[in-house]
Amino acid sequence: MNMTFYESIISTILVSGTPLLYSTLGEIYAERSGVMNLGVEGMMIMGAVTAFIVGKITGNLLLAVLTAILVGIALSLIHAFVSITMRGNQTVSGLALTMFGLGLSSVIGIKYVGSPGISFNPIRIPFLSQIPLLGPLFRMDALFYLSIILAVVMWYILFRTKIGIRIRACGENPAVADALGVNVSLIRYACTAIGGGLAGLGGAYLTTVSAPFWGDVMTTAGRGWIAIALVIFSFWSPLRAIVGAYLFGGIEAIQFNLQAYGIPTDILGMMPYIATIVVMIFSMSGMKRRFGAPAALGVPFVREER
Amino acid sequence: MRIAFVKREKAGFRRMIAVRTTAMLLALASVGMIFWFYGADPVEVYREIFLGAFGTKTGVSEVIVKLIPLLLCGVGLSLVFKGQIWNIGAEGQLILGAIAATGVGLWVPLPSYLVIPAMFLSGFLAGALWALIPAVLRAKMNVNEVITTLLMNYVAIRLLYYLVYGPWRAKEQWGNMTWSGFAQTAILPDHATLQTIPGTRIHYITLIIALTSLIFVYLLMNRTSFGYELKVVGDNLMAARFAGINISRVILISMIISGGLAGIAGVGEIAGIQHRLRPGFSVGYGYTAIIIAWLGGLNPLAVLVSTVFFSGILVGGSYIQISFGMPVGVINMFNGIILLFLLASEVFLNYSIKLRR
Repeated sequence: MNMTFYESIISTILVSGTPLLYSTLGEIYAERSGVMNLGVEGMMIMGAVTAFIVGKITGNLLLAVLTAILVGIALSLIHAFVSITMRGNQTVSGLALTMFGLGLSSVIGIKYVGSPGISFNPIRIPFLSQIPLLGPLFRMDALFYLSIILAVVMWYILFRTKIGIRIRACGENPAVADALGVNVSLIRYACTAIGGGLAGLGGAYLTTVSAPFWGDVMTTAGRGWIAIALVIFSFWSPLRAIVGAYLFGGIEAIQFNLQAYGIPTDILGMMPYIATIVVMIFSMSGMKRRFGAPAALGVPFVREER
Repeated sequence: MRIAFVKREKAGFRRMIAVRTTAMLLALASVGMIFWFYGADPVEVYREIFLGAFGTKTGVSEVIVKLIPLLLCGVGLSLVFKGQIWNIGAEGQLILGAIAATGVGLWVPLPSYLVIPAMFLSGFLAGALWALIPAVLRAKMNVNEVITTLLMNYVAIRLLYYLVYGPWRAKEQWGNMTWSGFAQTAILPDHATLQTIPGTRIHYITLIIALTSLIFVYLLMNRTSFGYELKVVGDNLMAARFAGINISRVILISMIISGGLAGIAGVGEIAGIQHRLRPGFSVGYGYTAIIIAWLGGLNPLAVLVSTVFFSGILVGGSYIQISFGMPVGVINMFNGIILLFLLASEVFLNYSIKLRR
């Protein structure tokens, strides 16, 4: 096989998978604590547009990414307030957040449609980037490396630390967690905010690495929803999320390469969405109880009044 | 001192109106602030929206035009939502209805008086089938229908694009020369288009169907055992299972009706307004209908009122897009904020707020 072809496929897979990985990791924490946030698409696109604009105006990538994270957090706190404090319906609240994010991003981004922004440069890791076949893995951008480290750290925290136990307890049985002195609302707020920050970061990746352009709603094009499906695919585990995210990165890479064979773009464009549905079917049929969703997912916690 | 929520009796009608109205006003104020940041005078913007929608005869007739698809989708959604079945796919189901109707109108050889009924029927079936896929997945395998219905919207849009850019694209002809024209199908023959009330774009047949479906769904929800089962499924899935309710059947039937009505909305847009299939013919009716159903408290009669309100925003909103240079997305922003305020206000219906020492 042609080496440059191989390398371009690997880098397409990684670049397409990374934003999904960030958003999936964030949503895993939110859902593990018992909060389902369907606003991922809205938070991602707001992250994408703010990172693009801040990057373009200041020329500072770090600032661009930080802004996107903060915007993601701010939006997720709206969902947390509505669904945790005000006990609103989580499904509808998340949807509303997505609508709001899609709308607001197109209002603030209208002046920037089509103009180029700034982007991260790849960092070549000495020696490792020279390894045959694995080399392309070590010629990526900083945010890619960060996402892998983050997945491992988030897995460790969730399954090997006391904080992780508390988070999972809030998602499995908030009444017991409360009785043991865990502040359920606080943990749920915090995890929802983590979800928001990472969705914002995932969005930022789209406009600072994948393609430094602002293309309105087509910038995210449903990736937030794919990320939510990937949470189920990864059985709420940050490590499995890596597999899921790059599987979908692979689908995008195939999509690019099949265009050369004359298959209409729009038919190929259906692939990620259909693949997501197929993956959801397999995840559901293969799901055993112990891998199942957090038992209290989507259920507001109401402490009995005394 | 701390704030406590105490469960209260189901709120009365007056309290509900008061709470919802307050939530709406706060939402409008928040959107106003965004307009203000945007550099537009909020009062001026709202005045323009209101006058654009209700200030002229054309405005009012356009509000009715937009009301038709919104009502069809909104009524269907209030049915499924009552069962806590989250059909977020009305937009895709509407598109499928439009595709089916266009296909029938252009190519199925039928006596001309049968063409319109066949278009409505095929549109209903196409929308229902599109909704049936996620419905079966939810009913049989417990696959989350929020995500599947939503993803199928993206698939539907791609299918629409594929058709109008590909096999269904009309050829332009001049003398012996033909070439591919715009990304759209050929225009429908006259017997495949709907009559309108003279001087307006109101295709009254679809309007009548929409109002009939509203009454049908109202009766279905409130006067039949199916409606009762749907409510039990929505209130408490466990209880429904213990009561021996066939949950799968409830999911499938309500999704078929809701998808079918969205499909009919698509037929109306094609046969009544566009007269051909082209991209972007739906301005997110299926999404707006979600809020319409919610604002109407999932009661079909109240849904009619909320539909008028949102048709007004759509019509007035198109004026501000032009005069203040705002993108189409401004409607989405509006909708999202209103929905968030409504959700947050719900707590005041179900709980009393008490201050405690």
